[in-house]
Amino acid sequence: MQAIKANRIAKSYADKVVVNDLSFSVARGEIFGLIGPNGAGKTTTIRMLMDIIKPDSGNVTVLGEQLSEASKNKLGYLPEERGLYRKLTTLESIVYLASLKGMDGHSAEERADELLNQTGMLLHKRKRIEELSRGMGQIIQFIVTIIHNPELIILDEPFAGLDPVNTELLKRMIADLRKRGKAIILSTHRMDEVEELCDRILMIDHGRSVLYGNLAEIKSKHRSKSVLLEIEGKLEEMPGVTERRTHKGYVKLVLDESTTPQQILERLVSRGIIINRFEIATPPLNEIFLKVVGRNHE
Amino acid sequence: MNKTFLILRHEFLHMIKRKGFIAMTIIVPLVALLAIGIAHFVSGIAGPTGEITTIGYVDEVGEFQQYTSQGNIMLVRFDTPEDATKALVSNDITEYFIIPSNYASTGALQHYTLEKQLTTPPASTTAIKKFISSNLLAGRVSPSTIELIEAPLNLVTTRLTATGAVATEQGRLGNFIIPGIFSSLLCLSIIFSSTRLLQGLGEEKENRLIEILLSSVSPWQLLTGKILGMGAAGLAQVVVWVISAPFLLSLASSTFGGFIGTIQLPANFLVLTTVYFILGYLLFAVLSASIGAISSNSQEGQQLIGIFTLPLFIPIWFMSPLMEFPNNPIWIVLTILPITSPVEVVMRLGISDVPAWELVASIAALGLSITGLLLLTTRVFRAYLLMYGKRPGIREIIRSLRSE
Repeated sequence: MQAIKANRIAKSYADKVVVNDLSFSVARGEIFGLIGPNGAGKTTTIRMLMDIIKPDSGNVTVLGEQLSEASKNKLGYLPEERGLYRKLTTLESIVYLASLKGMDGHSAEERADELLNQTGMLLHKRKRIEELSRGMGQIIQFIVTIIHNPELIILDEPFAGLDPVNTELLKRMIADLRKRGKAIILSTHRMDEVEELCDRILMIDHGRSVLYGNLAEIKSKHRSKSVLLEIEGKLEEMPGVTERRTHKGYVKLVLDESTTPQQILERLVSRGIIINRFEIATPPLNEIFLKVVGRNHE
Repeated sequence: MNKTFLILRHEFLHMIKRKGFIAMTIIVPLVALLAIGIAHFVSGIAGPTGEITTIGYVDEVGEFQQYTSQGNIMLVRFDTPEDATKALVSNDITEYFIIPSNYASTGALQHYTLEKQLTTPPASTTAIKKFISSNLLAGRVSPSTIELIEAPLNLVTTRLTATGAVATEQGRLGNFIIPGIFSSLLCLSIIFSSTRLLQGLGEEKENRLIEILLSSVSPWQLLTGKILGMGAAGLAQVVVWVISAPFLLSLASSTFGGFIGTIQLPANFLVLTTVYFILGYLLFAVLSASIGAISSNSQEGQQLIGIFTLPLFIPIWFMSPLMEFPNNPIWIVLTILPITSPVEVVMRLGISDVPAWELVASIAALGLSITGLLLLTTRVFRAYLLMYGKRPGIREIIRSLRSE
């Protein structure tokens, strides 16, 4: 069963179409990247998934059911802008927000202790939120997001403002949640994070889907005809190569339409060049993003 | 547990733990106690001390020799103004006055003192007046008649019912004190609670906590939980004041005596005060919530709500004409108008009878306004609570009210 399925959802404000006929699904046990430029409609999409705002048309099902108040307890949401009750203590904040997700006070306290311990924040549980650093507040908010063991977790820029240690900690926790069969939607501007963590992605622009599917397949589809080389000795002119870019430690060869990477490899071997690395170049997601979004904005 | 109740409990506890709330709950009775203390102190220093005060006078008419002892004030005659001035500057007398030879035609006296005075102290005025009138009447009417003329008017009023029987509620000045105080407190409490609601919403909107809340509860649950939680805290505050009122009243009564001792609270007063607090609070809370939803920040919201809370004070501004002309039809309008009725009714209960039909109409108007506003607010709440940094225009709001 899909954890979440959005079927042709659309939303407009006044005369502006913010989300336009968007369909996608997220399976259990996968991390799904929701990406797009600023103002693409990501936040509005997330709010419709969370039932914070209603779509003008289309529908969303969560774990096979129409969205309802009860299904909200199965969702965990970390919004991009962080905020907690500044005057409450860490524990009070966690327990109150967990109670709104259907947890009783005792279970919430127990689970809060576990998660605070896991994140090294146990010492701060009696401190007021206003006494914590921004990064600490973010960890607390992540705890609030997952404390009720939700089936679907939506994380909007979860690593923004975190130091490398806490970033790694969160990444490990997110990977662990995936292992436990949770469906995770990750919305971020950081393409390296998407490449590192996500199984599938949906790229939206102007409220429309512009890329959707398995990340590896998307990258393969957008693969340019080029190879990366690390060789010993000098590389002379080679037929079939339209462009040669030398980077620190490696050379990138862009091939013409009729030449295959296999042919290039054969030519290198035939010239007796010692090859330390030969790799068919796949474009980074960032490049695909710029290409696709740039095309839409032309 | 019901999520609305969880929000209600959170808001209630969060509110009653706030320093501002605790301070206001305690300070209001304390200020009343302080006022009593100050009044007691002032009456102590202003009242009769037992010391004899000497006032001089120059009688150019020659007919004012008797009645020179007026309570603690002794009147001493001087032959010339110069003699009287000498006595004044050497502190033998506190002040003096001249009864000019043409007094009979002008009725004017010249008064001299070393003190800077806005008006002549009442004790001096009373003593001089009695001295003059007693001397003028001496020999013309009997001493007992003089005493009657000089005594203040003692008008003992008894209110009768339509059947001619003596009414149980006599509506004396004392009866107006508690409703007068309560209507002011009602204003404060309603404004404090609804402003706090607005401020809370603004903060949650500004720090985006609202998104987490709305991912857990519906806008309706959030709205009702907040309104009821804050309302419960406001009601608790009013209850504290109500409970402390008899204590303060007995303290005031023992301090002032007089009319405060005669205060009677109408039997239905406390019930109606509670009903109007709840309805008044709900009306302004719902209004605050919709303003909180459309405002771009809490500061802007507070400025906007200020415009709507002003009419709540109208009955207090018109307290004096209300006491003078309690049956003017304007009070009926203010009683039925939802935005003024909570305070107007409480004030009128202390002054005159409020007919049952007016109460029914007023409660119905409040109930209808709250329901209608609540329905509109829910739509506005959902549409604009997540709009940050800008306020929707009137057209946008109307469009969202029309949409499903």
